[in-house]
Amino acid sequence: MEKRNNKDQKRATGKISRRTLLGGVIAAAVLPVQSLLADEVHAEMPVLPEITDDPTKIVGPGPSPLGKRSSFENPVRKPSDISSRTPLQDMHSTLTPADLHFERHHAGIPTIDPAKHELLIHGLVENPMKFSVADIKRFPSVTRTCFIECAGNFRTGKAEMTPQDILGLTSQSEWTGVMLSTLFKEVGISDQAKWFLAEGSDAAIMTRTIPIAKAWDDAMIVYAQNGEAIRPEQGYPIRLLLPGFEGNMNIKWLRRIELSEEPYMTREETSKYTYPVKDKIRMFSFELDARSIITYPSYPQKVNKGWIEIHGIAWSGRGKVEKVEVSTDAGKTWKQAGLQEPVLSKAHTYFRYLWDWKGEATEILSRVTDETGYLQPTLAQLVEARGVNLGGYHMNPITAWQIKNDGTVLFKPETIK
Amino acid sequence: MNKKTVLLLACPLVLLLMSLKTAFIPMQVQLPLADSLKRPAKFGFGRKATALEIAAWDIDVRPDGKGLPAGQGDVKKGKILYGQKCAICHGVDGTEKPGIKLPGNALVGDTSATSKPKTIGNYWPYATTLFDYVRRAMPYNLPGSLNNDEVYSITAYLLNANKIIKADVVLNAKNLYKVVMPAKKLFIMDDRKGGPEIK
Repeated sequence: MEKRNNKDQKRATGKISRRTLLGGVIAAAVLPVQSLLADEVHAEMPVLPEITDDPTKIVGPGPSPLGKRSSFENPVRKPSDISSRTPLQDMHSTLTPADLHFERHHAGIPTIDPAKHELLIHGLVENPMKFSVADIKRFPSVTRTCFIECAGNFRTGKAEMTPQDILGLTSQSEWTGVMLSTLFKEVGISDQAKWFLAEGSDAAIMTRTIPIAKAWDDAMIVYAQNGEAIRPEQGYPIRLLLPGFEGNMNIKWLRRIELSEEPYMTREETSKYTYPVKDKIRMFSFELDARSIITYPSYPQKVNKGWIEIHGIAWSGRGKVEKVEVSTDAGKTWKQAGLQEPVLSKAHTYFRYLWDWKGEATEILSRVTDETGYLQPTLAQLVEARGVNLGGYHMNPITAWQIKNDGTVLFKPETIK
Repeated sequence: MNKKTVLLLACPLVLLLMSLKTAFIPMQVQLPLADSLKRPAKFGFGRKATALEIAAWDIDVRPDGKGLPAGQGDVKKGKILYGQKCAICHGVDGTEKPGIKLPGNALVGDTSATSKPKTIGNYWPYATTLFDYVRRAMPYNLPGSLNNDEVYSITAYLLNANKIIKADVVLNAKNLYKVVMPAKKLFIMDDRKGGPEIK
């Protein structure tokens, strides 16, 4: 770790002053022999500001074209073959840095030249039209902060799980683009149109059907994320944004929208993103129900006796977070947590609760109520409502953390059956 | 006071009220205000799409058969194509074998709803979806490489392997959408609607 940091530092540095060099040499002199040898192999100027005891005695590197994180911080996504997860336990508020936004794609990330990319809108419209990315950027723009969460965002099974492992497929960005309704007015929508198909330009040519009411409500076509162009893995150059709807419907690399009287019943909305409810299979579950998780303290952190600021995130696909409650006695009693303003609709909302821990073993939990009056359920309540054959979609149970006497924090996995 | 004077007096009042209203809009209001501002009926950006351009991309197929192309396919040809193009990921016959992890999903199973894994036979509600998905996204290593006859044939093979159609059926745009899938009866539309009820 140390070695890698040193190398990073060297790469970041261009010119080196005599004073810096001197500092570096002195710092290098106190390094273990092995690290010193490793440095000599590279035969570059050793600039090791993080190793010095006194940063006020060494001039640091100058300005650079592209900033990067402190070499002491290393938040990373956790990738599998098909997705990567946001390190929620490393976040201190609700906005996800774009390079840590979760990913889920179905045939890799396409490379798209924005100068060649076009969006086709056709079907039940007055004028079928094509819009270049430059055309889309000419329309009046809107900026909105909201979360995107994958509908299949629940893992359990062992105590050594982080928030990232349990539900890292949710992230939040400030998105900028054009209201879909603006484009719909431009093409003219037939009264018969009740749904629209959105299609991506990836190798899966991903499609989902969306009710037209969403287009007139708050759907957007976005080209910017946290102020800059959206990332390739988030749909560069344009993606659909459906605040509060399951992540899969927010079609990335958007190339086509077709207006229709009826849904298309694509593979993703029938054989995927559907789930058993008793002896039936529920489909077209668009809104993500309210959910919360304590991200501190959580596994693998450790806590000390005394005051602890418990904090975490809460959100609802149906509107604003109304209230978050925290329990520090395994769910026997609940106290209201403070919400960080502004509380945005369909957005991760930061909550905090001060707790004076006396050192007893216990469990801590959070539960959210959204503005529709929906209270985040327990796993047992979900099982009661849907049966034991839950499947993996639209799972939003209360998450509990075990606090051990020695301050160890562990996830509390619950069994479904 | 004449009408004009009233108007003159009223104007600053209206302006004051408007500014007060603006001042009291809480920070968190994120409504797409820009979209409700006074604006032209059309901006005139973008261009008309040609019929050819639409046809090149409009490959979707609906459950009522809209979008199914000309062409046909049968189980026999489909079985050969499956062996050549699909078996490498989905297994020799598309069924799940204990202890073997395939790169692709199992495709063939019995039609009992409680059986696992989820396959075309027990979990796919529409036959048109199969055609649509194979045509747009399969084979995984060469998406979009199958012609319409080949997609009809692979669809026929997979429906037959799941015991949904007979071995001698020739599929085309006239009959594919009429195939009734065993899982269709299991699907229900979302009935959650927010509020206190857990569903």
